[in-house]
Amino acid sequence: MPFEYTIAVVAIPLFMFLFLGLGGTQMGRKITGVLGVIGMLVTTVLAYGVALTYFFGTGQGQVVDGVRQAITVMNPDWLSFSENLVVRMGIMLDPIAAMMLIVITTVSLMVHLYSLGYMCDHHGHPEKGFQRYYAFLALFTFSMLGLVVATNIFQIFIFFEMVGVSSYLLIGFYYSSPAAVHASKKAFIVTRLADLFFLIGILVLSYYTGTFDFDKLVGNMATAQSAVASAGGATFMGCSVIAWALTFIFIGGAGKSAMYPLHIWLPDAMEGPTPVSALIHAATMVVAGVFLVARLFPLYVIEQGAMDIILVTGAFTAFYAAAIACVQSDIKRALAFSTISQIAFMMTSLAVSSNHSELITIHGGQGLGYMASMFHLFTHAMFKALLFLCAGAIIHAVHSNENSDMHGLHKFMPITSIAFLIGCLAIAGIPPFAGFWSKDEILVAAYERGLGWGLWMSAVAGMTAFYMFRIYLLIFFWKKHKVHTEHEPADQPWTMTLPLIILATISIVAGFVPAAKMFTWDGAALHTQLNWTVAGSSVLIACVGIALAFRLYYKENDLPARMKASAHGLWTAAYHRFYMDELYQFITHKLVFGLLSVPIAWFDRHIIDGTMNLMANVTNQCSFAIRRLQSGSIQAYVYIYLIGALTVAVATIVCVLI
Amino acid sequence: MMIFDNILIYFVIVPVLTLAGLALTNNKGIAAIRAVAVTGATVLVALALYLVYLFLHLRGAGDTSEMLLQTSVTWYEPMNIKLALGVDGVSVVMILLSAFIVFAGVFASWKMDPLPKQFFLWFFLLSTGVFGFFISIDLFTMFMFYEVALIPMYLLIGVWGSGNKNYSAMKLTLMLMGGSAFLMLGLIGIYFHSAPEGQPLTMNLLEIAHNDAIPHEWQYYLFPLTFVGFGVLGAMFPFHTWSPDGHASAPTAVSMLHAGVLMKLGGYGCFRIAIYLMPFAANELAWIFLILTGISIVYGALSACVQTDLKYINAYSSVSHCGMVLFAILMFNTTAMTGAVLQMLSHGLMTALFFALIGMIYGRTHTRDIRKMGGMMHIMPYLGVGYVIAGLASLGLPGLSGFVAEMTIFVGSYMHSDVFHRVLTIAATTSIVVTAVYILRVVGKLLFGEVQDEHHRSLTDATWEERLSTATLILSVVIIGCFPNFFVNIIAPSFEPVVSALESASHMMGM
Repeated sequence: MPFEYTIAVVAIPLFMFLFLGLGGTQMGRKITGVLGVIGMLVTTVLAYGVALTYFFGTGQGQVVDGVRQAITVMNPDWLSFSENLVVRMGIMLDPIAAMMLIVITTVSLMVHLYSLGYMCDHHGHPEKGFQRYYAFLALFTFSMLGLVVATNIFQIFIFFEMVGVSSYLLIGFYYSSPAAVHASKKAFIVTRLADLFFLIGILVLSYYTGTFDFDKLVGNMATAQSAVASAGGATFMGCSVIAWALTFIFIGGAGKSAMYPLHIWLPDAMEGPTPVSALIHAATMVVAGVFLVARLFPLYVIEQGAMDIILVTGAFTAFYAAAIACVQSDIKRALAFSTISQIAFMMTSLAVSSNHSELITIHGGQGLGYMASMFHLFTHAMFKALLFLCAGAIIHAVHSNENSDMHGLHKFMPITSIAFLIGCLAIAGIPPFAGFWSKDEILVAAYERGLGWGLWMSAVAGMTAFYMFRIYLLIFFWKKHKVHTEHEPADQPWTMTLPLIILATISIVAGFVPAAKMFTWDGAALHTQLNWTVAGSSVLIACVGIALAFRLYYKENDLPARMKASAHGLWTAAYHRFYMDELYQFITHKLVFGLLSVPIAWFDRHIIDGTMNLMANVTNQCSFAIRRLQSGSIQAYVYIYLIGALTVAVATIVCVLI
Repeated sequence: MMIFDNILIYFVIVPVLTLAGLALTNNKGIAAIRAVAVTGATVLVALALYLVYLFLHLRGAGDTSEMLLQTSVTWYEPMNIKLALGVDGVSVVMILLSAFIVFAGVFASWKMDPLPKQFFLWFFLLSTGVFGFFISIDLFTMFMFYEVALIPMYLLIGVWGSGNKNYSAMKLTLMLMGGSAFLMLGLIGIYFHSAPEGQPLTMNLLEIAHNDAIPHEWQYYLFPLTFVGFGVLGAMFPFHTWSPDGHASAPTAVSMLHAGVLMKLGGYGCFRIAIYLMPFAANELAWIFLILTGISIVYGALSACVQTDLKYINAYSSVSHCGMVLFAILMFNTTAMTGAVLQMLSHGLMTALFFALIGMIYGRTHTRDIRKMGGMMHIMPYLGVGYVIAGLASLGLPGLSGFVAEMTIFVGSYMHSDVFHRVLTIAATTSIVVTAVYILRVVGKLLFGEVQDEHHRSLTDATWEERLSTATLILSVVIIGCFPNFFVNIIAPSFEPVVSALESASHMMGM
């Protein structure tokens, strides 16, 4: 399939957004939904065609010396700042862009289809705002696709903002609910703060390198070297300016990808409709930060200082989020923390790549971490979307997010239960499910960087298995289900079940994708083989985690409560997410509002404006004071005149005499 | 006469004819008043679009002179005062902006009451001044039109305003007049040094620039006078306090025209007169004004965060956004200055949109206090969506005009080779976060959430003329946001003379 079809892949969702956004209210609700699904289906088919052609085609110039070349489909100027600094709206295909096309369109199509059933009330009628919902979904899909095919860093920034707004609009979809409005605001502002750093990073980077274009920045290792060299060794506070720029850019990515301490918006973002959480806050938008770092990978490899910051942030976040996920009672929030932890896995995997020359030459050095990260991004998108869509089906059935309202649903919702179990097995890393293959590569890469990093990540992988099965068992087992609502919970209509089945199937087989040959950073195939020590030990750790979860949560017992009581402080702290939200609340409300905005507004009204009013008042008072001289009475004027004349006369005489 | 062959003069003639037409109507015949006003505004839009076409055509045909369509008619021989017309890319886009805002303003004041005739009379007098200012290249004519644009403000706010309108009208007029006083001193000073010894003095901007005869020691006095004179209108800290009160009391269309166009006269004057004619002092003294405008940007945004009156929020946000215009102009490179003009366009359109929407909401709810409103999206979805779009434009969403303008400013400013300028740029970028905070705060309180006041439930959505007014502005915002290079290509070359004058001045300083 010609690569020009990529233009259609990006353009169709944009068209759907405009079409449904402007004309949606004129059509029936159901029709808009069906049109949305059809539009997305066409996009998906085209995207698969393009991506498969990219990966397996042998067209002219596609593969040179065993290296798959990046292909620029189009690159028109959009905004020229100066001769060199031009923002272009281009489309570029390379391994990760093609991979992301598949991820985005697959999950988006599933969510489009699923929402036909999910966004309905009890009677099966579409909710109010159905058209708006599908328009926003299309807008998001467009923005995300535009992000991954970007040809320059400024284009990524533009689409970073666009996905941020789509996410804002969709989190706040139920805009009557104050919680949703608050969550959407928080998500936007936190990611905006991160984007500020991204912008500063771009400014610094473009100032020294004089370009935004990826082919001039990171086309290959040599261009990356010369881009770094163009800074001429300029340093700021002892670090090279390029390292600063890259760190700032990483902060931008960390905002979107919910790395500690910018993760606080993601759990709240669960206020949005669940299919939205599956699409945006599990599979696609939240990996934009990982994608960004992967895009600039050669620069990070050279500037190891920036890379180390990513490594530490990623490794810490992975553990931190996993710890919180172990105690959450709201299933969506638990899944959200699981997402944060898994994205941190991807970040860590990118960052364990080292620039030691001996590691570059032997395969498995920097290439392995990168490939593993992208592979995990791919598999994680599939099984995490599956888990979220399952959670949506459960929430739809019991009308609650709390696992205390669930328990024992296995009998009522068998298909959902099995799909959820497949998702859990995949994320826990049990072979042959998808997560095993990608997580194994990540662990191998981590062990290659150092034993400590490897052990740390293995421990987090064990926690992952534990908390996922905790969630699973508390939803589907633990004790008999008490029916709260008038309906008995049951598997949902086919529009919702079909995506579950498809995604479950993908979650089983996605691990067999020949990732090492496809998702490499330079386009050359990587030769890897299963490292039995790492694989065996990670499966063992996962099994321990699962067994522990079964011991604690399979049947109702008082062990979890006793454990909770014995570690009460720790449990409460983790449940309250280690009070990070409270800290933010304090900084924004007390410090920024209380110490900056309020005093400035007061200063403006009273000091600055007061000065102006004072000048006016003084003028007024002066005129008032001398007003009495202008009394209008002739006698008074003559009187004053005489006094004046006499004074002058006397003064003259005195002067003459002296 | 030859001057009537020049299309530019019609930008003054059409509003004057509209004035004449309005004078013939009477206050009872609202239909006739509307017909005249709409005709005038539509002709202006058509003329402005034709002017853009003509400009591109002439440039395309290889006309590289600094100002196109120049005509000059002598007014007063002894002092060499002329009616000199001419436009470059910047004036062309400013004229386009003004025409669109006048057009939208007419529809936004469709149901003006009382005295619709008089309202539109003053309204079109104000637009006469605005257009006259942008087409002139003679200091005297510019100043005259500048004053023509300012004076009607007093009556428009004093008579048709709301709230504490007498105080606000007085304050606004006096502060702007104070600015004009500085300006007049500055212009007189420029006039007396406009030509080398022995040659006739001139008011023509281009001649003064080419003569480059203003002594450096004089520039040190004249530059601050003119810059502050125009800066007051550009809401430069600490001379911005007329803006919140003035906007809060002004009627909708006046706020639109004032924030949309009149404040742009400030920025336009700053670079065209203050910087262009006195490049030496500009280089030397820019840092003072950079700090002041830098303060404006952050200070305005932070002040906006805690306001509760919709118009105050926008007035402070205007302080921030207009601060960015002056900030970018002072960076003295083509990119940043182009960004400044884009920001003028963008701010003009989106603030006009904001004020139009606020006026429409206020006309229904009779309150502008965001604490007393909520859930408006349920009640008036069209206005709600319009407000969200205006908000997103203001906080810089790509695809809308604000993003393009701000990014051009930031990238242009950061190109500056001096570290001080780059540090200030980074400080200014923080405003994008603060802007998001106050915009989302308003949107969240005003449009989302529960309906606060049960009486609001019976309110209606936008009428057709309100839809037309807002849709025009939204469309313009989207067009600039999606096709910025069209505008950049018109604007950027116009800055070459200014930038080269500045460069040669700084070169001389270095020697």
